[in-house]
Order: sequence, then structure tokens, then C-alpha cells
Amino acid sequence: MNKKYFLAIILGALALPLPEVRSQKTEQAPTNSTDKRSPISNKPQPHEDEGQRLFETHCSRCHTAPEGFSPNISATVVRHMRVRASLSQHDEQELLRFFNP
Amino acid sequence: MTMGAIFSLALVFCARCGVAQDTPLISGGVAFLTSTNGGNTTYQPLIEPLLAAPIGKHLLIESRATILETFSPDSNGYDHTHFAGFTYLQGDYIVSPHFTLVGGSFLLPFNTYNERLSPVWIGNFQDGPLIASLGLLSSGSGLGGMLRGSAVSRRKYSIDYATWFSARSDNEQFNAKRSFGGRASLYLPGSRLELGLSYDRQLQDTQENFYGAHLWWEPKDTAFRLRSEFARGRHAQGYWIEADYRTQAFGGLNSWIGRFEPLFRMQQTFRRDNVASDGLPLTNVQRADFGLDYNLPHNTRILTSYARQFSSAGDTNIWETGIVYRFLFPTWKGRMK
Repeated sequence: MNKKYFLAIILGALALPLPEVRSQKTEQAPTNSTDKRSPISNKPQPHEDEGQRLFETHCSRCHTAPEGFSPNISATVVRHMRVRASLSQHDEQELLRFFNP
Repeated sequence: MTMGAIFSLALVFCARCGVAQDTPLISGGVAFLTSTNGGNTTYQPLIEPLLAAPIGKHLLIESRATILETFSPDSNGYDHTHFAGFTYLQGDYIVSPHFTLVGGSFLLPFNTYNERLSPVWIGNFQDGPLIASLGLLSSGSGLGGMLRGSAVSRRKYSIDYATWFSARSDNEQFNAKRSFGGRASLYLPGSRLELGLSYDRQLQDTQENFYGAHLWWEPKDTAFRLRSEFARGRHAQGYWIEADYRTQAFGGLNSWIGRFEPLFRMQQTFRRDNVASDGLPLTNVQRADFGLDYNLPHNTRILTSYARQFSSAGDTNIWETGIVYRFLFPTWKGRMK
């Protein structure tokens, strides 16, 4: 196939408008349990917007959010992600607030 | 010392350190994978446990291991091989907002696959890209020190870095080459675009440079992801591009149809000479992978894919299926503040 046509097809496919969807984070079903908290709470919180933005940009970039985890390990999860994803200190604090509003 | 003993020691050592939200955790994936290549089917049950244990406010001990059994066909039916080993075992000390010091056996931060996508519970395809071994210096891990962190973090952009030095190690569990390298990435949150460059150099035996570049794009408000990498070594080079997508058009991502995740990966490798020292195929290869994953509830995924590989050594079909369960729980019920 002519290279120009091939390139045009690839670029055209990439440029197709994708239907808008909400983030994977907000799509995960929260676990309504007393000892488990989903990282995806529906309750509006002061830091939710920033925390949600950070979650989407830093965590969901690589993996789907786990469906829920114990609040006992939220700081451990965030510290692990701080190292692995090279998060800033501010990002770490916002994510922690997001997981524990 | 056995892996179990090291894990146990780490847990005991950290047992009194976990309070409130920083209880040590155990995470990882359990999988059963099958691969049919040229008519031969291989079965592989495996478990990849991960331990993350914070100590105090600045230190984190983390480790990942792999335990797997491979059942492969031979002339008498099936033979099986066993493997158990650490993937990495490192200590992370957060020195300041911009510096984290890592010591121990760590995953080499060359491009993105090794650090980010290699865990069995993250990768969309069960096998890694053909160029995954380029720049990873055989073992994929280093034994020494690394400095990494967020250099700049603004609302419109952020830059992170990692630079490391590894000593030579012939230890069975922590094999490493004497080497150094680094990676820098620029991330633009507005366009959800990430660009990065990697470099490393092997300092023992044949001294060799490796160069890498990656580009990830995840358009905002879509569940579409595009990831790509290029790597070049002294004897070979190649690239891969992977796209995946989930639709919300039929009831959301958690609807039965929204849980489907079609995938496509294109990859090519090119030999620059006939010195095979980097793990890449001996001939130029073009390969297209078509996948369809299904994201079940409870952190479980079904992975399926078909690949057609073209090379002068012969064209092959590769069929792969697998089921992966991801677990994540605290090591014990910690005290809440």
C-alpha cells in the first residue's frame, strides 16, 4: 500500500472522535463496607476535584483502580505510588486526602 | 536465604511500625496463562506477590517476587519447569519533596514497560513487547542506588527523573550488570500527553549504550489509551505501539459491554548486525497483536489475544489466553488513629 495512504488511514483512525466517558475511577463500583473504602467515593469533598484529577492523571495512566481497599493501607498505597510514579509531595498529600476525605 | 524468610523478616521488622493508614500491604496478581505458538500450547500458573512496608515517615521497603510453573510440550507429552525469584527488593527513602533515594535491587527505569507495565495484573497483553529486553541489561534490575523524584510539578506540566548506578552482581536472586543510566519524562496534564527519554550504559564486558523514548497519550474524558516506545541498542532497535479502549456508550464502563477492552499492538524489531546480545530476534520481525480483554468484577481480568508474526525465519500465529486476579490487602488489621 502506498505509504501516504497508509499514514492517512492511521492518522484518520486516531483522529476519530471518541465518545465522552467519565473516568474509570468514577466508574468503579464503590464498596459499601464499614472497613473498606473504595478510592472512588461519590461524596463531594473539598479536595475531591484535585485528588480526582491527580488520581486520573497519575494512577489511571497505568492501571485500573482496584475496586476497594482497607483505609488502613491508604497511606502505604500513596507512598508506594509516590516513589513508583514520581509524585510530588503535594500530589501525595492531595491523593491521601482524596482516599481519606 | 529463601524468599519466604526474607518476606517474613521484613514483615516482622515492620510489624511495630504500621499505624493508622500506613499498615504494610500485600498486593499482587495470581494468573493462569496459556500460549499456543506454532501449534504447541504452553500452560503457566503464576503468582506475583508484592510487599510494601513503610517504616516511619520517610522510608518504604518494597519487593516483588515471581513464582511460576511452566508446562511445555515435549516428545513424551508435557514437561514442566519451575521458577521462583525476586523481581526487586528495595528501600526508598524520601529525602525531600524532590528527591527519593532508592537502594537495593531495583527495576531499571528504562522506558516504561519494565517499571509500569510488567506486573501481571497491569499488562494488557500477557507477553511483553519484543523490544522489552533492550536497555534492561539481561536481568531488568540493578543492584545499587537510584535517585528519583519529581523535579517540577505544576498544574500545566510536570517533569520527573530517575538516575541510577548499579554494581555487578552474580547472585542468583539479585543478578545485575555494572551499569548506569537515567530517564526523564515530561507530562502535560491538559492534553494527557507524556514524553520521555531514557539512556543507559553497560560498563562491564562489552560496553554498550542503549537509548529509549516513550510517548503515552490518554485523551481526556475517554477510556482510550495510546502507549508507545522506541529503543535502540548497539546491535538492534525496535518499537511498539499499543492502543486500548473501553466504551461507556452502552451503560458505562461497568456494564457488561463496557467491561470489554479491545486492544491492538504493532511492533517491529530491526537487527543492526548479527551480534545477538540483547535478547531480540535474530532476524527482523514485524508483529501485530489483536487482543480482547474482559474486566470482570472483583479485580479479575480475562486476557485473550491473537498475534501474527512475520520474519524471514518463518511466519507464526500466537494465540494467548489467561485469567488474572489482583489482590490488595493489609498485612494485619492496623490501629486507626
